[in-house]
Amino acid sequence: MSEYEKLGLRVGLEIHQQLNTGHKLFCDCPTLLDETDGGKLERYLRPVVSELGQVDTAAFFEWEKGKRFLYQIPQKSSCLVECDEEPPHPMNKDALALGVAMTLAFNGQPIDEIFVMRKVVIDGSNTSGFQRTAIVGLGGRVKDVDGDISIQTVAIEEDAARKIEEGQDFVKYSLDRLGIPLIEISTGPDIRSPEQAKRVALLIGQMLRLTGKVKRGLGTIRQDLNVSISGGVKVEIKGVQDLDLIPKIIENEARRQHELLKLREELRSRLDKKQFAERFQIKDLSSLFASAKSRLVQSELRRGGIVLGFRVPGFKGLIGRELMPGRRFGTEISDYVKALAGLGGIFHSDELPNYGITKEEVEKVVKELSIEQTDGFILVVGPKDKVEKASSVIRDRLLQAFDGVPKETRAANEDGTSKFMRPQPGSARMYPETDIPPIASKSLLEMAQKLIPPSPEEKLKSLLKLGLNEEVAKQILNSPRLDLFEHLYMKYGGRVSSMVIATLLENTLKYVKSQGGNLDKITDEVIETLIANVYDGKINKDSIPQILLEFSMPDAKETLSSIIAKYSKISDDELIKIIENIINENKEEIRAKGDKAFGYLMGKVMERVRGKAEGKRVAELIKQVMQE
Amino acid sequence: MLEGYRGKAFETLKSLNVDVGDIIEIEKNGIKVEGILMPSYSEDDSIVVVKLDNGYNAGFSLSGAQVRLISKRLRVDQSEYRENREKGEVRIISTGGTIVSRVEYETGAVRPALTTEEILRFAPEIQEIASVSAEILFSILSENMKPEFWIKIAESVKRAFDEGHEGVVVAHGTDTMTYTAAALAFSLIGLPGPVVLVGSQRSSDRPSSDSAINLISSVILAKEAPFGEVVVNMHGESSDTYTVAHRGVKVRKMHTSRRDAFQSINDKPLAKVFPKEKAIKVLRSDFIKRNDTIKASPKFNQNVFLLKFYPGLRPDIVDTLIASGVRGIIIEGTGLGHTSTDFLEVFKKATKEGIFVGMTSQCLFGRVNMNVYQTGRLLQQSGVTPLGDILPEVALVKLMWALGHEDDLDAVRGIMLTNLVGEYNTRHSLDLFPRWDHE
Repeated sequence: MSEYEKLGLRVGLEIHQQLNTGHKLFCDCPTLLDETDGGKLERYLRPVVSELGQVDTAAFFEWEKGKRFLYQIPQKSSCLVECDEEPPHPMNKDALALGVAMTLAFNGQPIDEIFVMRKVVIDGSNTSGFQRTAIVGLGGRVKDVDGDISIQTVAIEEDAARKIEEGQDFVKYSLDRLGIPLIEISTGPDIRSPEQAKRVALLIGQMLRLTGKVKRGLGTIRQDLNVSISGGVKVEIKGVQDLDLIPKIIENEARRQHELLKLREELRSRLDKKQFAERFQIKDLSSLFASAKSRLVQSELRRGGIVLGFRVPGFKGLIGRELMPGRRFGTEISDYVKALAGLGGIFHSDELPNYGITKEEVEKVVKELSIEQTDGFILVVGPKDKVEKASSVIRDRLLQAFDGVPKETRAANEDGTSKFMRPQPGSARMYPETDIPPIASKSLLEMAQKLIPPSPEEKLKSLLKLGLNEEVAKQILNSPRLDLFEHLYMKYGGRVSSMVIATLLENTLKYVKSQGGNLDKITDEVIETLIANVYDGKINKDSIPQILLEFSMPDAKETLSSIIAKYSKISDDELIKIIENIINENKEEIRAKGDKAFGYLMGKVMERVRGKAEGKRVAELIKQVMQE
Repeated sequence: MLEGYRGKAFETLKSLNVDVGDIIEIEKNGIKVEGILMPSYSEDDSIVVVKLDNGYNAGFSLSGAQVRLISKRLRVDQSEYRENREKGEVRIISTGGTIVSRVEYETGAVRPALTTEEILRFAPEIQEIASVSAEILFSILSENMKPEFWIKIAESVKRAFDEGHEGVVVAHGTDTMTYTAAALAFSLIGLPGPVVLVGSQRSSDRPSSDSAINLISSVILAKEAPFGEVVVNMHGESSDTYTVAHRGVKVRKMHTSRRDAFQSINDKPLAKVFPKEKAIKVLRSDFIKRNDTIKASPKFNQNVFLLKFYPGLRPDIVDTLIASGVRGIIIEGTGLGHTSTDFLEVFKKATKEGIFVGMTSQCLFGRVNMNVYQTGRLLQQSGVTPLGDILPEVALVKLMWALGHEDDLDAVRGIMLTNLVGEYNTRHSLDLFPRWDHE
């Protein structure tokens, strides 16, 4: 039994992939990221009445003081729909049909009548305050070597606005990404190991790519992971962009849940919730820190802030317990305080003295809070209202430690760890999008049939038929640029061989990168321009690597067209002239070489025209000239 | 109840004793789903709509499906309508529209939330501004508004002032809000405080709704504004920064969907309101001051017609109108106030029969001037009265009101040409016209 089987690891994936449709999901704007300036908007969002439920007025006011949302309105890729100033247009049929196609590819069941829903999101990332989303298919499965993985749902939804900047009391977004269609594929919690999760994500990603209808590049695919172990709870980890990170994130989360369960046992052996609540104490320690050396404490106090001290019964040694590499239980509490009270973080007994807080101060705190054997303490510094808010946040999080793993949504960090983002929403905050009538999936079936991705085996066969060798065909099959290859082959395959195109996409680009070229400069348009020039006979295929290198070097300033001009092919007439000149210049040597004259001449000519003429043609012309 | 279900689905659900809100299970092609039965608005009568566990709705065709009732719905207590008609500082009169409504997450239905408690729960900031009382007058869609409802609203506004309220807010659908505003403006004389018409362009069931900000700033206006006028108060720009109080007889809905759809035409707004700061900035000094001699005279004659002229319109339409017993016609003419000269005879006939014929312009901006071209002079000779810069719809409402009080053509003409509440602006400055960006 593997380590993860013992832990009872269960993982489900939610894969979000942007679709490369001609226009957005609910309007006619192109699906482009763009920086053109079309003005600004300032908005507020408030929870709708029923969602508030029993929230009291004071809490509402707290919320109401909350964030201001600023929106940049890109001119090319947003309209009144993104500004929430116009109702949605009818839903993009291409996107829906792709959802149905993927459902069929999984052997699932398309929903007979598709309903668009509003999922309430009030972090500003949707100008409307909700994300529009629709389930198009249920059920089905994908095959994995360790067993089939079930597919729960296939949904089509709109992407959110792109965050640009976040300040104390505002968040700034660009509206360019808002409304780009996403397909969301959710698997059942059937995955049993970190490596399996990556395999399944790769497989589904490849199926999506094989439709030829998805976007590629950074940020176009995002994975959310639902992870639990026995005794733990299903924790949602959002926003994993790098597939290679998936196993590490799962390992870390499994470990975190395991550690939290161990911490719970230790805690319970010391005291119970009731005893904790009785001895838990909060005290204003501002005067104690009046002459503190810590700069942070000083600057907060000078601005009228306060220092609160918390006696935390039973937590000695546990606040500093490591849950994930570099992240302690104290870090978890800190994250809660940051997210829910808007403070920088906390200090705790397991890490002090440190951060400018001295041993003497720690001793005073211990005395002031009457800290005994297994007690720990926490210090919070900041503006009064925020610190007071933090105190209930801290108390709640400490109490949750007696229950084990809290139900929460976490955000993936780039090092494979994760941090608290928000509590998981209780009941689904969904209600119907009344501006869009339901859509019968029957009407999409014909379109969908054509979009079902071929199996990788089928695709490989068809790539081999285009004249690729097996190695390159496999590379292309797994390449994110598969769609670009097909586009270029369709358009230029008549005169440019499939191997030339594939080699450029797979090998030349790698070579250019290894030589220090900047691949960001080599857009699809650049690649297509080169292939088109080969097609028109203007440049030689052998000159492509050199052109790309010159174009993409960090200090390169020349335009693509001027580089291409330098490498443009020499016409036969010009070539003949060059050959004749060289013969004239070297008459004696040629005569002396006798039979070997051809080789000598070939070398001389190639020296002059390398990159601008093909050797084969040069040889033909030399023979022709020599006969004359 | 099986709301929206017909035919096959209705029969099946009925035979299983299933109602909307019950939990059912559907099994089809090897897939089993459980969820709450939702109302259906499908064109396909075999479709059953279910809300799944994850909150999504989905429609399943019953052909080839097995349906089972899992459990009956738990009855949710609907909070009753309760009105707080006790005196407050500001009265909120609800007439309909989506300015205040709430979503039932369970069924997705949107229903009006108009009691004082519900309004305060919706926008608690209001408590910091004024004590409010609420009256639910009716709940009708803006497009179904009629002059008889104007009368009820006018009476209700008067009652609120008689009870001692300092201002009145009228929640109203936006489509015909300006017609109601004009009707109230002509009917209520000597207003002790502002009558603020307010609506929303984004329904209040969404977090981005403009309704809370519009409502909050309307309460600020009703309580604190120095004028005794009927105003329309809506977003001043697309951002949630301020609202604008437009004079009720000089405002028009100029966009189908934007928050700042309402614009003053041939006039400047009376005030700006900053809801966050809870502040009013009065923009002009020539407003009608609060008065305490309120009189209500809401009488309207609906035998009027708004005639939009276009090339090719035939004069016999006017004969038809005369024959139908119409007492007044407002023409929305071209440019400075014209119709084709083919109409000279019919207009002469109409005015001879005592029918008022008034001219406004479909340009909306600017005033009519029927002396510049020969046609205008001929139309005037036929009895057509130029109505200056009065907006066509405002002229129509004013005519209804004038005919409700006077029968004699000269008397009606006298009313129509008198500026009663700021509807007739004789001075237009250069800045009273919007300029669009051309680059």
